[in-house]
This record gives sequence, C-alpha cells and structure tokens, in this order.
Amino acid sequence: MEPHGPGEYGPAAMSDTPVRRTSLHAEHLKLGARMVPFAGWEMPIQYTGIVDEHNACRNAAGLFDVSHMGELELSGPLAGEIVNERITNDASKLQVGQALYTCCCQESGTVLDDLIIYRAGEEAWMIVCNASNRDKIVGVFEAAAKGRCDFRDRSDVTALVALQGPKAFEILDRTGGDSRKIRDLKPFGFCDAIVCNVRTTVARTGYTGEDGVEIFVAWEDAPALWSQLLALGADLGLKAVGLGARDTLRMEAKLPLYGQEIDETIHPLEAGLGWVVKLDKGEFVGRRALAAAKEQGLTRKCIGFEMVGRGIARHGYELLNEAGEVVGVCTSGSPSPSTGKNIGIGYLPVALSAIGTKFLVNCRGKHIEAVVVKTPFITKKRPSSTSV
Amino acid sequence: MSTNDLPTDCRFTKDHEWARTEGDELVVGITRFAVDQLGDITLVSLDAKVGAHIDAGKAFGTIESVKTLSDLYAPVSGTITRVNEALADKPELVNEDCYAGAWMIALKPDAADAASALLDRDTYSAHCDASH
Repeated sequence: MEPHGPGEYGPAAMSDTPVRRTSLHAEHLKLGARMVPFAGWEMPIQYTGIVDEHNACRNAAGLFDVSHMGELELSGPLAGEIVNERITNDASKLQVGQALYTCCCQESGTVLDDLIIYRAGEEAWMIVCNASNRDKIVGVFEAAAKGRCDFRDRSDVTALVALQGPKAFEILDRTGGDSRKIRDLKPFGFCDAIVCNVRTTVARTGYTGEDGVEIFVAWEDAPALWSQLLALGADLGLKAVGLGARDTLRMEAKLPLYGQEIDETIHPLEAGLGWVVKLDKGEFVGRRALAAAKEQGLTRKCIGFEMVGRGIARHGYELLNEAGEVVGVCTSGSPSPSTGKNIGIGYLPVALSAIGTKFLVNCRGKHIEAVVVKTPFITKKRPSSTSV
Repeated sequence: MSTNDLPTDCRFTKDHEWARTEGDELVVGITRFAVDQLGDITLVSLDAKVGAHIDAGKAFGTIESVKTLSDLYAPVSGTITRVNEALADKPELVNEDCYAGAWMIALKPDAADAASALLDRDTYSAHCDASH
C-alpha cells in the first residue's frame, strides 16, 4: 500500500522554506494530533479522526487553530480608500465593527486571494489573508500603502482560533463577562472582548457552514485561550478539529479554497463569487476585466456534484462529457460525512452546468458517473445567536 | 509499534500489506499500521480478477480514506484465486477487522515458498517505527 501523497497537503511538503509552528503546537501534540506541512506551516491535520471531528463540529462544536492565516493592518485617513481600490467588494459602506468577504484580483480580473476585511476604527482596517498567499498580499497592500497610509503585517504576533458549531455560543456563555456582547454580534460583526480572561477580538465569521466565531488573540495568549475553551466545552461535545475536517466542512458548505476553486487563472464571476464583485462601486484593480467578462458572459461555472457511481472525485481529476471528452476539472472532492455521499466541486462549461446534468469523472482511468447538484451540499438554518 | 501487536501467522511488506499462508493460497490485506495512517476508509476498489496473473509489486486495487488514495500491491507473483467482494459495500470493515474480515485478495503464488522472502514481524515492526 502506498499513499498517493497527502492530497491537497502535498505541495508544502516539497517546498524548501523552513516549516513554522503556531503557538499552539504543544497543545496539538498533547491532543495526539498528526502534524503535516501546510503552506509553510506545521499544522494538525487530525486529532481523533476526520469524520469524528467533522461530526463534532456539525452536531456540537469544533475548535480550530488557524493561526497560520495572515493579518495585515492599514491605518490613516486614506486607508479605507486604499483597501477599497484593491478589492472587488465595497468596503466603503462598512461600519466600525463590521467585516466583509471579498476577492483581491489582478488587472486581468483573476484572483490573487480571497480576504476578509475588518473595519476596526474610522481609519483602521484589518485584512485577513490565506497563509499560502501572505507574501503576495503583503506585497500588494504594502505597495498600495506606501507614502499614503500606515501598513503593518501583524501575522507573526496574532494567533487565530475558530470556535464553530451549533454549541459555539453556549460555550462562549461560559467564558465570562463579555459573553453577552459576543451573543449580540451579527454575522460578520466583530468586537473586542475578554474571553477566559484573555484579551481578544471576536468575529462572527467562519469557514465551516456552521454558526460560530473566529477569535484573534496575541500569539503568546493562544494556549491559555485554547485549553480553557476546550475544557469549558468538553461536556457539550466540543473537540479540536484539524485541517482534514476543516476541508470536508468547508466543502459541504461549498466555500472556495484558494489554490483549488480560485487561483490566478480564475475570475470571481465564474467561481460563483459574483456577489462580492461590485462593478459600480468605483475604480478597483481588475474592474475593467471583470466588467468585460460579465458583458461577454461566462464560459465555465463552478458547480457542485455528487458521484452516482462508485468512486471518489479528487482535486485535479478530469470531468468528461457523455462522449468521454474532457470538458472540465474537479477542484475539490471527498466523501461527505454529513450526507454520506461522495461529493465534489469543479468547473464545467455553462451548457453542462444545470442541476441534474450527468457527466463522468475520470477517477484514475475509470469513468464514473456524476451529477450536478444544488449547493451548498448541506442546508443549515443559521440559528440566531441573540440571547433570549 | 510492538512486534506483539502483529499477528503471528503473517508475513509483511514494506508497503504495509500482510500475507498469510492458508493451504496453497496466500491471503493478503493491509496492516493496522496502514489503517491507522489512512484513518476512516471510505472506498476499496479491488480491480484484480479471479484467474488473472499478477506480478509482485503490481497494483491489485486502491483504497481511499477521506483524504488519501493509495495503491494496493501484490506481495508476491501469483494467480488470483479469490477477491473479497464484501469490501465494495463495507469499506469500514478495513477499519474494524483488518487482519481477518477485511482480507482483500487470495492468490496462488508462482513459487510455493515465495512468502518466506517477505518481512517477519520484528523486521516489519522496526520498519514501521522508522517510517514514523
């Protein structure tokens, strides 16, 4: 038996850059995590098992170390304008304490990274970017800020812990004085809060399809926060969740992963991210190309599919029409613990993208039938976090 | 991993297959070490056909977990005599019972003593420790 590489976690293993560790490294080892290289970091891929952790997050709650993500800060009178020039969504309408999801594109309209932009003050902005794109995104915003506003890369001093799942707020209720404030956050709202006696910034955001929060904390304070949260939530079913289940959770919610659904060859409209492209907000990098792409109409679309035959689609597998011709590519694929089906995300020509369309997946030479389905693959009613 | 965790009636390969001699057949599966590395098994595809000849080191199928796909290799050369069809519908059997119920193929080796060239328990155990 020989594994064909650890799936999406392969490329980092081959890179020459030294592997970095988050401040929660010792906590992961204590929990028996299997550590893997990911985007230049040594991260936990699983603790008790991908399916077990996935189910804990869907049915109770999951705790994730995502400290590898990048945090950049821009401040000054022009900072808002500078941020808005580089993103596709419109940050100008954000109030202090609100965040939004966006793409950051090149002039060609294709995606450099997907980001969350936080308005921390009238003239203070934070950008969270993917670990794999940190250098690139630092380059973009540092250059944009030069001589116009203050820029700082806070990634090395900022840890990030995500608490996600239907029991997330019940666990936060146990963390002390600021739980009421956290309960009152609206989706994509954030606030400074004391959690387990630790100074944090709590945002009601996530990457699982579940309600929950992401908690920014000083690098050295993360272990205290992490271990207290795990202890407070244990009887409610809270478990530490690794990158393996993070991937199956986000896939079921059809949330894009940079490097798979989006990259520098794909534009947001074909990725199904047209809702974060505001062509009429004023000038921004990529606007002209995206306006032209919209005018011309899409040639391919990012779709979700289910395997009909016995097989698991994987990243990079070809998608074929019924005549056996290559017409698209699978960008993500996996067994889906919540639905019990083998699911996938990929690109197909618009003519083959309607729900119910049958096609084939080339699973290492075997052509297995699949069908385009409605996404997200799971339907979750986002429960209101507001206390009664 | 301790030698004592390994079945006494098997030989092993560096690719983490086990092989047990039963009469003139060699029954083949994957080891607990391999299963633990893979995690939750979600698909077993045994492509080998009964009656077909397979060379040592050639793939007889694939096994997939949530995250990974791995080839399964014939430990010795021989003719396939049986394939465990039950694994197609019950891949989780590999997690539950890798040394018995989740056997994968049986073959009649070309050379009767072929299995004796495979790793013994101590050597395989040391190999697992080294690959951690």
